[in-house]
Amino acid sequence: MAIFINETTRIIVQGFTGKIGTFHAQDMINYGSKVVGGVTPGKGGQTHLGLPVFNTVKEAVAQVGAEASIIFVPPASAADSIMEAADAGIKYCVSITDGIPTQDMMTVKNFLRRFPVEERMILTGPNCAGTISPGRAMLGIMPGHIYIQGSVGIVGRSGTLGYEAADQMRALGIGISSSVGIGGDPINGSSHRDIFEKFEADPETKVILMIGEIGGPQEVEAGIYASKYMSKPVVAYIAGLTAPEGRRMGHAGAIISAQGESAAEKVAMLRDLGVHIAPTPSAMGETVAAVLAKL
Amino acid sequence: MDIHEYQAKEILSGYGVKIAEGGLAYSPSDAVQRAREIGGNVWAVKAQIHSGARGKAGGIKICKTHDEVEAAAEALLGRRLVTHQTGPAGKVCNRLYVEAGTEIAKELYFCFLVDRTTERIVMVGSAEGGMDIEELALHKPEAITKIYIEPAVGLQAFQAREMAFALGLDAAIISHAIKTIKGCYRALRDLDANMLEINPLVLTKAGEIVALDAKMGFDDNALFRQSKISELRDKTQEDPREMAAADRGLSYVGLDGDIGCMINGAGLAMATMDMIKLAGGEPANFLDVGGGASAERTEKAFRLVLADKGVKAMLVNIFAGINRCDWIAEGVVQAVRKLDMQVPLIVRLSGTNVEEGRKIIADSGLPIITADTLAEAAEKAVQARNEVVAREQG
Repeated sequence: MAIFINETTRIIVQGFTGKIGTFHAQDMINYGSKVVGGVTPGKGGQTHLGLPVFNTVKEAVAQVGAEASIIFVPPASAADSIMEAADAGIKYCVSITDGIPTQDMMTVKNFLRRFPVEERMILTGPNCAGTISPGRAMLGIMPGHIYIQGSVGIVGRSGTLGYEAADQMRALGIGISSSVGIGGDPINGSSHRDIFEKFEADPETKVILMIGEIGGPQEVEAGIYASKYMSKPVVAYIAGLTAPEGRRMGHAGAIISAQGESAAEKVAMLRDLGVHIAPTPSAMGETVAAVLAKL
Repeated sequence: MDIHEYQAKEILSGYGVKIAEGGLAYSPSDAVQRAREIGGNVWAVKAQIHSGARGKAGGIKICKTHDEVEAAAEALLGRRLVTHQTGPAGKVCNRLYVEAGTEIAKELYFCFLVDRTTERIVMVGSAEGGMDIEELALHKPEAITKIYIEPAVGLQAFQAREMAFALGLDAAIISHAIKTIKGCYRALRDLDANMLEINPLVLTKAGEIVALDAKMGFDDNALFRQSKISELRDKTQEDPREMAAADRGLSYVGLDGDIGCMINGAGLAMATMDMIKLAGGEPANFLDVGGGASAERTEKAFRLVLADKGVKAMLVNIFAGINRCDWIAEGVVQAVRKLDMQVPLIVRLSGTNVEEGRKIIADSGLPIITADTLAEAAEKAVQARNEVVAREQG
């Protein structure tokens, strides 16, 4: 099972022929992902990495049955590419691109809401490392070899901190069902809560690890959802204990601008909601292990 | 990116928002000249710094004579003003805005901002203006009206009307108020602002709606298509360390402690700083080297971290994904040799080719302290910093 992607998911790369798109497309193919082609407007008909290039996402869907897409196009046109994927009938899209303007993301979210829920494309990112279902498929830029297959679902804002978690778990022999990056931007395609829903419905996932950070309401919203509707235990770490109020800590969304957005406040609220807290970033693996041991 | 009050007012004025007559001054004589041009017998001399709450910090002075204007300008220019938004270092005032005094009948609060919960622009207003909106939200939330704007259609006239009535304005000036509200919204949308605050928006005794203050913040991600806004950047208002890093394509956040950090990825950076804090230390800064950490990039990053003279120890924490630990180790060794580092360096590498990376560090013969885990790295960094401080205190 796993969520969003597996070994049969037919993947295309938007921004396929660019330097970054090429590098990561090859890396995903090497991992075993079923990449079936790519889109670069104006280069339709060419072959790249032995795969067909299309002018539009619609053509890719019609001709090679594309189901999932990964976006490497530059920030100025990334929102447009996301909407093109949604319109063409892509089911799941990861936007790696960072630096997309906030108003463009508002437009994207509004555009997606026009589709009935059952037909609506799921977007994760932008500004994320992508999604991996270890041993099956990688739709992202992560080092695939640090993930082992298993029963823990990971959702996080940060790429490298997600790697840190996967590495700690590997050292303890703990495997992962899927790891999903939702990105560090203030407005993103899917929230922690959206991913929780998917993990709750996935029979393979037994425990969920949420790697959150300061700023915004999403971690606590996910905690409220978990306490009301989920049977599976949730472990969380919230980064940014040292962040002063009003300072942007690297991620566009990592800024304490309202009450309840600091790490300490989020941790306190999550603990009250029954979420298991990893007290430090080096304790993510062992906290998950302790929760797994009690199942 | 933030801009000054006078710049925001100039923008809003172009969108039909009424502002008081005013002018910019760089010296006390400029300020007097501006007051003469404006005429009248009351002027506000306002420090232009990137912060709200300037009034409480003594940054706004009401003057009744030209001599008072000159004295106020002398007192403000070159001064560092500290507000709750500037941090303890404060912000230096290099520019003044001299404005005609306004006879206020009523002070209102009005702003637009991006609401992360609804993923929409929200318009916020209160008839109880002039005071701290955070305080008001805490103690009297019913006095605040919030109206969410549907992105597909934008601000509608009925919403502007609803806000104008919520602000307690008379029917006679409603159409002027609506023009002001709509103008603010168009400015926000057209220019990719993510925040526009007018506190206070005032009703004058003459029955006009005037933006007495104006604050705008812009989406950094959208500056590529807002070149006129980019030109308004005032580098004196920003952390010079952050500016230097941005000029080199690196992301830097300056903090108040004394352990310098070079890390890849903002999340891992925040986590590393949490570990430093838990180990009893305080980070001086963090520099995010990002994905492609070549030797040149690593060296630049080292220079920036160490340019902060307060740094007493430096911690490098890299989780190599696309990167490879051996490349990073080579970059670190080169940088240390080239820069003749005086402070202890702690390096923790993890991820792709970690064994090769560790070997390069070990074989270099340099006094680099290595660590295998995040916790160990933070503890060793704090310990090294404490030893430096103990030696200095001798």
